[in-house]
Amino acid sequence: MYTTELSKTTNVASTEDPDKLAAFEARVAADEFIEPKDWMPEAYRRTLTRQISQHAHSEIVGMLPEGNWITRAPSLRRKAILLAKVQDEAGHGLYLYSAAETLGTSREQMIEALHSGKAKYSTIFNYPTLTWADIGAIGWLVDGAAIMNQVPLQRTSYGPYARAMVRVCKEESFHQRQGYEIMMAMCAGTADQKRMAQDALNRWWWPSLMMFGPPDADSPNTAQSMRWRIKRETNDELRQKFVDITVPQAAALGLSIPDPALRWNEAKGGHDYGDVDWEEFYAVVRGEGPVAKERIKARRDAWEEGAWVRDAAAAYAAKRNRKAEAA
Amino acid sequence: MASLPPIDLPPGATGAGAFDAQAAETDGGVLFDHLLRLGDDSLILGQRLGEWTGHAPSVEVDLSLANIALDLIGQATHFLNYAGEIEGKGRDGDALAFHRDVLDFRNCWLVEQPNGDFAQTMARQLLFSTWQKSLFEALKGSADRTISAVAEKAVKEVSYHQELAAEWVIRLGDGTDESRRRMQDGLDWMWRFVPELFDMDEATAFLAARGIGADVAALRADYDRRIDAVLAEATLDRPRDQRPILGGRRGHHSEHLGHLLCTMQFLPRTYPDATW
Repeated sequence: MYTTELSKTTNVASTEDPDKLAAFEARVAADEFIEPKDWMPEAYRRTLTRQISQHAHSEIVGMLPEGNWITRAPSLRRKAILLAKVQDEAGHGLYLYSAAETLGTSREQMIEALHSGKAKYSTIFNYPTLTWADIGAIGWLVDGAAIMNQVPLQRTSYGPYARAMVRVCKEESFHQRQGYEIMMAMCAGTADQKRMAQDALNRWWWPSLMMFGPPDADSPNTAQSMRWRIKRETNDELRQKFVDITVPQAAALGLSIPDPALRWNEAKGGHDYGDVDWEEFYAVVRGEGPVAKERIKARRDAWEEGAWVRDAAAAYAAKRNRKAEAA
Repeated sequence: MASLPPIDLPPGATGAGAFDAQAAETDGGVLFDHLLRLGDDSLILGQRLGEWTGHAPSVEVDLSLANIALDLIGQATHFLNYAGEIEGKGRDGDALAFHRDVLDFRNCWLVEQPNGDFAQTMARQLLFSTWQKSLFEALKGSADRTISAVAEKAVKEVSYHQELAAEWVIRLGDGTDESRRRMQDGLDWMWRFVPELFDMDEATAFLAARGIGADVAALRADYDRRIDAVLAEATLDRPRDQRPILGGRRGHHSEHLGHLLCTMQFLPRTYPDATW
């Protein structure tokens, strides 16, 4: 899963030491990796912390719509694959939280920000998974969009994030194939299965396009993020790529993409597509997605109901340390 | 309704009420039945652990529960596919997992118990994985080559399940007052299902005598030692024994299993013609 560049404008404080800033920018421009102990502008640190923690939160919240189907997966093989996938997502969440921690914010602080609604996560997870085809569609489209976003991030300027992305991308690409394979089985199946598959595509198509974030013209952070190589391609460029790759995949499945404006444009060598409903996107960002309240409640409940377990683990570790010291 | 006081059984006595009696006979023979027991234990516990996904006390715990569930579903797949082969009626693991009802499930009562809180889940895991580890160690030497091969692979997985559960039981038992109380409650809830694991019914004795199955009764002493060691380190009390609750191996289960099957089997049952 993935991160949307969702928020606030970045102000590069004019208070930064101009020599240090120039040296930093030269390193970034030369495609060197910035490491945790290196000097970096505060705005760079802030932007990255926000982006990596959003990405981590997305992995963790993203476990919920898929976890919703683990107990109902239709075969032993599908159950095992889905369990492994959700396990991978927990793993991604863990190393992304770790990468973000190298920038000086603790995991507890990040989780607190998620639970209070201050931190965002990908809008896509605020939509419900209604049928088994949704598990296919998420793998195919959502993980597909995630890969499109994340492949360039393997060369992002912050070393820990770039390295985490190398591993994440490998696993995501596996997930995407598994999702597509679910769709293939359903599209080759009964009328009921095909109906579920088409309905899933209808519901997930537009939210998937929204995953790339607002249009470049309305994306306040893009220029600065590109300059610092936190981002390597713009939202619209990535969205176009995704559309162009996905259209023939849908055709191979015999499914129709729910966009009457979609057509091949020979001149630009890509597809034209209809307008994304950005009002819906911003509403979902504000927390007004169909199951946004359920998602955050589930995360808060898990955290609060698990507090006694984490307290016990801490108390036990403290006892052990005291015993070790006394010995 | 007041419950009856527990009755202390004389050594060697077995429960033999109507509820414990053999359910309507199923086809497929004793080996088929044995494979269902092995497969259903793993399947049902894997299903239960899958319920935790996304809701565990920490991301690390989420990961480890999903990991255990994945191992268990893998074991179930091996055992149930093999059960289908032995039965020879064209059923595979999926047909067995998704198209049987309660009376034909052969898992023990322990694995179908609800997750409860994390302590109850860990109590169940410790009691089951400690047993399953000894069982698979014994089955490594099974005269049936498929059983021995699956056991050989699975015993490594189960050793990890056992260690993880033991670590949590110790942490929670010797953690805070609240965690200790919850851990003791979880253990008390699960304890009455332990004797079923060691029940030597006719089928088990039959296969043990032929070197195919394990002499489960012989595993009890070692099991008690291992559990007692964990409980001691966890500063927990060993719950009091009661009259064994048996029946799972004969298709007589708790009320929980039917609900679990409703969820697990819903898709293949609703769309019997579909391939997924």
